[in-house]
Amino acid sequence: MIGDELIKIAQAEQAEKAQYPHHIHVCTGTPCLASRSDMVKQALEQELEQSGKARLCRVKGVGCKGLCAAGPLVSVEPDGILYQGVTPDDASVIVASLDSTPVKRLQCSLEMPFFKRQVKIVLENSGAIDPESIEDYIAADGYQALFHVLTMMTPAEVISQITKSGLRGRGGAGYPTGLKWSTVAKSHGERKFVICNADEGDPGAFMDRSVLESDPHRVIEGMAIAAYAIGASQGYLYVRAEYPLAVDRLKTAIRQAKKLGLLGENICGTPFSFNVDIRLGAGAFVCGEETALIASIEGKIGQPRPRPPYPAEHGLWGFPTLVNNVETFANVAPIIRKGAEWFSSIGNEKSKGTKVFSLAGRVVNNGLIEVPMGITLREIVFEIGAGIPDGRQFKAVQTGGPSGGCVPAQYLDMPVDYESLLEIGTYMGSGGMIVVDDTSSMVDVARYFMEFSMTESCGKCVPCRVGTAQMYNLLDSIAAGTATLEDLALLERLCDVVKHASLCGLGQGAPNPVISTLRYFRDEYLARIRQQEVV
Amino acid sequence: MSKVRLATVWLDGCSGCHMSFLDMDERLVELAEQVEVVYSPLVDPKRFPESVDVTLVEGAVSSVEDMEKIRHIRARTKILIALGDCAVTANVPAMRNPYSVDDVMRRAYNENATLQPQTPNQVVPALLAKARPVHTVVKVDVYVPGCPPSADTIYYVLTELLQGRTPDLTDKSRFGA
Amino acid sequence: MKDRQQVLSRTKTLKIDGHDVSGREDETILDVARENGIFIPTLCQLDGLSAHGGCRLCLVEVKGSSKLLPACVTHVAEGMEVVTNSERLIEYRRMIMELIFSEGNHVCAVCVVNGHCELQSLAQRIGMTHVTVPYLYPRRVVDASHERYALDRNRCILCTRCVRVCDEIEGAHTWDVSGRGIEARIVTDLNQPWGQSETCTSCGKCVNVCPTGALFEKGKAVAEMSKKRAFLPYLTLMREKRSK
Repeated sequence: MIGDELIKIAQAEQAEKAQYPHHIHVCTGTPCLASRSDMVKQALEQELEQSGKARLCRVKGVGCKGLCAAGPLVSVEPDGILYQGVTPDDASVIVASLDSTPVKRLQCSLEMPFFKRQVKIVLENSGAIDPESIEDYIAADGYQALFHVLTMMTPAEVISQITKSGLRGRGGAGYPTGLKWSTVAKSHGERKFVICNADEGDPGAFMDRSVLESDPHRVIEGMAIAAYAIGASQGYLYVRAEYPLAVDRLKTAIRQAKKLGLLGENICGTPFSFNVDIRLGAGAFVCGEETALIASIEGKIGQPRPRPPYPAEHGLWGFPTLVNNVETFANVAPIIRKGAEWFSSIGNEKSKGTKVFSLAGRVVNNGLIEVPMGITLREIVFEIGAGIPDGRQFKAVQTGGPSGGCVPAQYLDMPVDYESLLEIGTYMGSGGMIVVDDTSSMVDVARYFMEFSMTESCGKCVPCRVGTAQMYNLLDSIAAGTATLEDLALLERLCDVVKHASLCGLGQGAPNPVISTLRYFRDEYLARIRQQEVV
Repeated sequence: MSKVRLATVWLDGCSGCHMSFLDMDERLVELAEQVEVVYSPLVDPKRFPESVDVTLVEGAVSSVEDMEKIRHIRARTKILIALGDCAVTANVPAMRNPYSVDDVMRRAYNENATLQPQTPNQVVPALLAKARPVHTVVKVDVYVPGCPPSADTIYYVLTELLQGRTPDLTDKSRFGA
Repeated sequence: MKDRQQVLSRTKTLKIDGHDVSGREDETILDVARENGIFIPTLCQLDGLSAHGGCRLCLVEVKGSSKLLPACVTHVAEGMEVVTNSERLIEYRRMIMELIFSEGNHVCAVCVVNGHCELQSLAQRIGMTHVTVPYLYPRRVVDASHERYALDRNRCILCTRCVRVCDEIEGAHTWDVSGRGIEARIVTDLNQPWGQSETCTSCGKCVNVCPTGALFEKGKAVAEMSKKRAFLPYLTLMREKRSK
């Protein structure tokens, strides 16, 4: 594969597209598939065939369009018409409308803030290209960044670009990506590895799944660029087995990339070689922790080990290893293509670029969104999310999943960035955002997440193994109205110990939902405390 | 100077802590100069007095009767001491706790009975769902672990209290002993 | 001259609880603290076995680090300032010990290693006179199927010394941990009864490294058993010598 060939493939794909005046895009992400978008796609194809319009319009399965709650979603291009809640029976009206006015009944306004307020970098191809076609990805400037890096840049220059862009890890903690890459690049090792952490496990989070399902090549391209920058020749995609569609599409993508020489030996005619293999996670949340993930790839029990040494120095099989999450890798190719300055112009002072969130819970527009860092929660919940349904009142947003905390109404105008969230006792996390309204009790929210942490604790260290179980029992008795003030005091002592003495992020983060709900909604706890003390 | 009013009680335990108390031997005579034992399995009075300075509690809180007793005693005691592992941790009586009361009763009175297997429902006080350490039922002022705590330890605790100090049991006694 | 510099760079001086101490760069804070008679509690750590870092009792404060660090795996560094006995650490240790006691069914009074138990004596040493967190009273299965030894999971603290000694020293890897979180427990082979294990060599190393009465020799009554661990540093040393 050389540069000209990439251009040729892109041109061929463009020419192919140009043959059709109309294009119908059917979302084939998991949520839309679950509401049978595959049947819709089939019906549309049949309808075109039967109405003799097969040469006028091409039907394409694409990745996630974001507004998952309104699926199955279908768009008609290049007119930019979006239809929601489409059923196979709607195929005839949609096909009939191709050369006339859109079907009003199904139309979903693209002018609504849900679409208007988003800024798409990671999701720029999601819902636009066919995730199972490498040609489609290449036609959308895919693999150009890799080609550019391999032929025009030194590894040091690549790292410097990433550093300058201000990209920070999207897995949760926000560690500067450029710094991580440079540490691995400088570490000595006969071999080095790149690992993509796709073990997304937070309840209510589906950002990474969506990226993998919608634009798998982007992640592979990001990994390949990283591998070149740090000097690795082998990569692993650690994907949870609960994401079968993502796994299938990744397998297809890897096969296609190998076929075109974009993975394998001497990529783009350069000395650089890189292969990617998929490893399936068997459903342990803790394997999202990088040392546990590495242990799992090594075939050992998925338990974390104390850091340091960090994987950057001592990772997979003892070799220097770069571990980044899906969204982080997905940001790499655009940064190379459009430049570090472009990327760092988006976002705010310390948090650059965009962040993908899965907006869920008690909000009108459930779905996947990508917004610039620094946007306010009010904009996310009340503009993009269109507020709380059924006329209920907003109470809080839970961010960061079981290791995060809640953001109450008084902070709705605070910018969403790494530091601001930490300041108010929660954290960015991987991007789960669960909206809670006034019908829910924050004690129940805390208990729910504690149950999750308790059942997902690996059991290696005492504070997390026993502490989460004890905290869950206490929360359960508070929720049941049988706890005393002493129990509440014990709960707070346990929060302190488990947070500071646990081995890994799972335990260290497990008390956060309790600490933050106690901070902002202590009244709700006290209201459930048994009035009479034991004699 | 009036004597310190001391009581000892025996809940769900083996009486080993009381034996250890007696093992203070001649030191009991010395203690008797400062202490009056106002209630104990070792002395005559059958009713717990209204005002007691120090009560040594042996045994876990295992039955409804234990629960009533310990609450009654706590209300009439200035310093309550959990004496020995059963009072401190529920110890051997708690070995039934992973099982339900029904299972425990069936095992003890039916499966293991060779004569007239039947679960008692009169006279014997009903068991609580779990045998409990004393401090989970009432406030405890001093914990003296040990099975049993040695006579020296009990002597140390009492003499410290008589001198107006709170005994520090760190390194003095341990679970099991 | 160069050699001398290398040697010098391998020795680090640091402060532990205000005492000036020195250690080699491959030594941990725990190693150096012990050499200098400074007490740091441990349960999962055992000289001769790989580090585990699971009991969290050896956490110490290191100046400049916002996190508490486990002394058993943290290597000494030049100028490091370590605190092992702050009020906060003492509170955490006590709570961790209480959590361990609350998690199992530790009835010292009727245990074969009563009086020779690391858990029991550590509780005494740190002044844990009672447990303030609720006992969980789990129902755990006892495995007495082995001819000479038995496993009482009620007394197991999941330190994994048995797992490590069996894997690293005996090379049998009979033991491992099954399940996760509060449900985690040690098992032999693929969770078969110990007596039916095909990999167990009946060497008894696991029994002797076990800090509590979870693994014990049959035929011993209360307080009759003490563990013999002298073999471990000896074996480790001999193997190191041979491999050189």
